[in-house]
Amino acid sequence: MTIIDTAVQSSTYDPHTPIVNDFTIVAATENGSGSQTANNALIRAIFKMGIPVSGKNLFPSNIQGLPTWYAIRVSKHGYTARREHSEILIAFNPRTSDEDLAKLPSGGVCIHPADLKFTTPRSDVVSYAVPVKEFIKELNPPQSLRDYITNMAYVGVLTELLGIDRGQIEAALMHHFNGKRKAVDMNLAMVDLAMNYVRANLPKQDPFRVAAMNETGGQILIDGNTAAGIGAVVGGVSVVAWYPITPSTSLVDAITDYAPKLRPAEDGKVNYAIIQAEDELAAAGIIVGAGWAGTRAMTATSGPGISLMNEFGGLAYFAEVPIVIWDIMRMGPSTGLPTRVSQGDILSAYYLGHGDSRHVCLLPGSMQECFDFAGVAFDLAEQLQTPVLVLSDLDLGMNNWMTKPFDYPSQPLNRGKVLHTESFEAFLAEHNNQWGRYRDVDGDGVAYRTIPGNQHPRAAWLGRGTGHNEAALYSERNDDWKRNMDRLSRKHDTARTLVPAPIADIKPGASVGIIAYGSTHDAVREARDYLRAQGVESSYLRVRALPFNDDVSQFVAQHDEVYVVELNQDSQMLQLLCSHVPALAGKLRAVNLCDGLPLTAEFVTNRILQHRGGANK
Amino acid sequence: MTTVTNRPTNRIGLTSQDYQGGTTTLCAGCGHNSVTSQIIAACYDLSLDPRQVVKMSGIGCSSKTPAYFLGRSFGFNTLHGRMPSVTTGVALANRTLLPIGISGDGDTGSIGFGQFKHMMRRNVSMVYIVENNGVYGLTKGQHSATADVGQNLKYAGINELPPIDICAEALAADCGFVARSFAGDAKQVRELLKAALCYEGTAVIDIISPCVTFNNQDASTKSYTYGKEHEERIQDITFIPSYNEVQVDYEPGTEQMVRLHDGPMIKLRKLAREYDPTDRWQAMKLMEESRIANEFVTGLLYINEARATLPQMMNLSDTPLAYIDESHLRPSRDAFANVMSEF
Repeated sequence: MTIIDTAVQSSTYDPHTPIVNDFTIVAATENGSGSQTANNALIRAIFKMGIPVSGKNLFPSNIQGLPTWYAIRVSKHGYTARREHSEILIAFNPRTSDEDLAKLPSGGVCIHPADLKFTTPRSDVVSYAVPVKEFIKELNPPQSLRDYITNMAYVGVLTELLGIDRGQIEAALMHHFNGKRKAVDMNLAMVDLAMNYVRANLPKQDPFRVAAMNETGGQILIDGNTAAGIGAVVGGVSVVAWYPITPSTSLVDAITDYAPKLRPAEDGKVNYAIIQAEDELAAAGIIVGAGWAGTRAMTATSGPGISLMNEFGGLAYFAEVPIVIWDIMRMGPSTGLPTRVSQGDILSAYYLGHGDSRHVCLLPGSMQECFDFAGVAFDLAEQLQTPVLVLSDLDLGMNNWMTKPFDYPSQPLNRGKVLHTESFEAFLAEHNNQWGRYRDVDGDGVAYRTIPGNQHPRAAWLGRGTGHNEAALYSERNDDWKRNMDRLSRKHDTARTLVPAPIADIKPGASVGIIAYGSTHDAVREARDYLRAQGVESSYLRVRALPFNDDVSQFVAQHDEVYVVELNQDSQMLQLLCSHVPALAGKLRAVNLCDGLPLTAEFVTNRILQHRGGANK
Repeated sequence: MTTVTNRPTNRIGLTSQDYQGGTTTLCAGCGHNSVTSQIIAACYDLSLDPRQVVKMSGIGCSSKTPAYFLGRSFGFNTLHGRMPSVTTGVALANRTLLPIGISGDGDTGSIGFGQFKHMMRRNVSMVYIVENNGVYGLTKGQHSATADVGQNLKYAGINELPPIDICAEALAADCGFVARSFAGDAKQVRELLKAALCYEGTAVIDIISPCVTFNNQDASTKSYTYGKEHEERIQDITFIPSYNEVQVDYEPGTEQMVRLHDGPMIKLRKLAREYDPTDRWQAMKLMEESRIANEFVTGLLYINEARATLPQMMNLSDTPLAYIDESHLRPSRDAFANVMSEF
């Protein structure tokens, strides 16, 4: 078996044999220079031409001046994962241009400002030098907009060279600037200037081009944090408490933006509260208070915030308070790489808190699931009276993805076993006049809850993180403690039956199984095609929640080799699987990477082939 | 919920028994038990509906006490130092509730100091009681952050660090109701509690509440003996409920009346010093002067009801968020369709 490399080879390079809708552009710029406008215009224009496209923003933890790369993948096959190589380089950052040029495959394309000099120019790369400074002189935009307008030059160059529909560029700018004609025209002037220059002075020497397809119709482009924010508002969120932290901030920004549109004020008053706390401890405390008092309450944070919420996670688990915590995972440990992706919080989230606690964790793997799980998380938190953590990541949360538009929810909110004044009276009548906050009436580990405001004189109880009996009274009795912990274990087993089940694609006869979750889905989807081309058929199980249900153990049992794909150093999901199916643990193999970048299909394919190569020797 | 009994009842037909909680497990003679009694008395006197009150606390001896009063009220004994944030969440979820928070000097002055300050900054409507004894009791006698310089404890030795003054911190945070009292001064505690319970916004009462086990030696500024010998009331306080309004008479010059937002009044009879508790600068000056002079002044130090409370600032609906029904929690189909069409 051969190790694959999807980059173009120099031998295939022939300007007369077009490579259509199957390449990657990387725009190397400085952060804070407004390149997002340029990149969003490109990606949206290509998307609107019906061509599958995806964008990955690799940006620094900095406000201005550090290098940023934005990779736009154009794929007629519909692949959206990051690739190891890019064919077309926009070398607009002189600080990284030498390194960026060196990474281009032979036969690649380099578009750069005319005054940029490379230390080691490459003759095996097609170069297009663009007099950006002259363009700026000619257009003379306001000083404050100079950097932004500068970046529009490469939009113009690419539009001309690749054959992007200029009308779609204009439409994308209209969308970006909310129809503000003046801003659109200023940017479009640079696009046109660059297009005209290329047409007159830079004859096309490379094979790359786009051609309209019909593969994106009816879809939208959205990032996961926006999808989740809208999902939370649709899902009935009432209290949001948070502390700013990359990469979760834009989730709360989305709630702040969309809540007034989706749930407009009535008589000048709103039915939701969004509060910026003094730290993540307080954010967790606020939602625990709000959840205990009967609202749908949530926070959004990332690894360091999860660490700070540890003690509250335990309290909410033990006092059985419904809360939702979105963890947009970034690279740890410690401050780590704040703007780079990881799936490194699986274990700390699942076991959040000290002592014995296990939490329901949802693992969205698409924009649809970022939207859906926002509501599902509230339903589960209230059904199970427990924290629900939604483990998204920076790649899902902050990058643009194609998706079908979201549908209005078909199911009503599930508020769980809450007894209000009248239903409390009815409950007493049905249950021999007995009620205890922590009494397992139904055998599913989930007791009946009352909330402040209940007018029945027997409805009140005192919540606590200390040992308690079924009546919520303080207890240090060993039998009370044991009974309560056993019930919580029973509740966790109930959770297995309620959380979103894994999605399986079983190939009859396949001995290879792949288990993945979250943002690695697209890399796995693509890798399975490459593996198939190499003669390796695989089944696939995408886990969507913790705790595992029986599908997971069955999947492992059905396959000889099971590769667990994830973005962390210590193979955290594999560790959980090992303890879930200890007798089958020998089948599990790690396909894990921890380098801060979104996973590629090349990596997944090669690692699995290497494993198998080793096994076959 | 009226109980058939011969005991006297208040305006809503409850007896003082109806405001009791479980039996205390604190040490006999603990100042906190006196405060608990006065909470029960104040709530009874005010005819508060226990279903409207939520009892909040952190961790420590003081934070255990919500189990010992208002057994018909909901409550939450939360984490060490984190009661302010949890109460903030409760206040957002249900603005009609009246939280009574019980904390201690460790819970407020050390681990929870940041949350304490931010709660006041946000003006969360609640009564925040610090049962302040200068010592960690449950962990057996360490100095707390409110211990005075020179406080001498059996194992911890002599404290050399300056104390954190809860009231000075509250004033600095622009808290609109700041009071200090002494667990041994039952009447003052009760009258302050009643005023605080009717105040709209964060009301902080720092109550010196002696720890009989670890810090009640006569020389300790947090002891009963010291408190009884040194307490200097800055005014004599009488709370006047709004339904008694017609009977109110007072002597201008020697008495000052402060009216709260929905009617009740606080009558302050001047004692030794000239003092106007509506003047924040005077309050801060008094804190500093009494610190330098080692004086133990008690009373209503500052009152100003001008600031908006958190739910007011956030324009929250009058219906508690916890009781908004699904038809309002879910967007309309049209609003949803409009948002999706933007993409």
